[in-house]
Amino acid sequence: MAQLYYEDVSVGDDVTPLPKNATSQQLVKYAGASGDYYQIHYDDGFARNNGLPGIIIHGALKNAFLGQLVTDWMGAQGQLKKLSVSYRSMDVPNEDLVCKGTVTEKRVEDGVGIVECEIALHNGAGKATTPGKAIVGLPMRGG
Amino acid sequence: MPDETVITDEMRSHLDVQSDPITYDVEKGAVIKFAQAIGDSNPLFQDEEAARSGPYGGIVAPPTFLRSLIAGEATTEFPRPFPNNLDGGSEYEFFEPVRVGDRITVTKAIVDLSERQGRLGTMLFTTAETRYVNQLGQLAATQRTTGISYATPAEEA
Repeated sequence: MAQLYYEDVSVGDDVTPLPKNATSQQLVKYAGASGDYYQIHYDDGFARNNGLPGIIIHGALKNAFLGQLVTDWMGAQGQLKKLSVSYRSMDVPNEDLVCKGTVTEKRVEDGVGIVECEIALHNGAGKATTPGKAIVGLPMRGG
Repeated sequence: MPDETVITDEMRSHLDVQSDPITYDVEKGAVIKFAQAIGDSNPLFQDEEAARSGPYGGIVAPPTFLRSLIAGEATTEFPRPFPNNLDGGSEYEFFEPVRVGDRITVTKAIVDLSERQGRLGTMLFTTAETRYVNQLGQLAATQRTTGISYATPAEEA
């Protein structure tokens, strides 16, 4: 994984997109790993009885996807400082999702390069169902 | 502002009341399993040899691993005015890395209550803050979550 440096980033740059497609198996694995056993994420009948179209992806799993978007992009020496997401619409399994982001601001604070990004998870129709923001610290070249 | 509020004094009495702390060991297997569950192959989160030569000298947890360190229940139950609940969002702030072998103590408190009229009728927004403190007493991270509760089932809205 290539290291990203503060000097390499400009406002308006894209964060390298991260495609995802959550299968029902992944939702079960996430339920086990996270301890979130709410049945709307793996029991279709339960989900339908709750007025949902079927099982839906855990909001926190979408949050994890957006976390990976940022940690993949910033590289091992980068530091994630803030990660916020809003769950605006539900997402369903077996759909081609893509996490995307754009650099909105950069500045140097105490010798650390601070970069702010707007990020979002987009559904198969291209709608940003889960927008958010991330703030990262990036190393400086020769710093 | 509606004339009638669903936010009662009893609800307000829950503000800033911390849950009983729970302490978790950050186990290597749990971190690796979490990274695999979210489909993240970053070596920092699962490859001991690669992570050893990285900036943390060993495996660290993916940022949202903290979600699996579930806070204890509040000492007294928060009164729920509506039957339906949605997860509105989450905001993490990270201050220290979470390493395999750390012991993280988790507490949670409701920090804000608000209400709004919307598509689902009156909606109550409950913001809670979870604090993750490591074995050195350092605040490693916080997570603010917003829960939305409402009266009208989603299919009727």
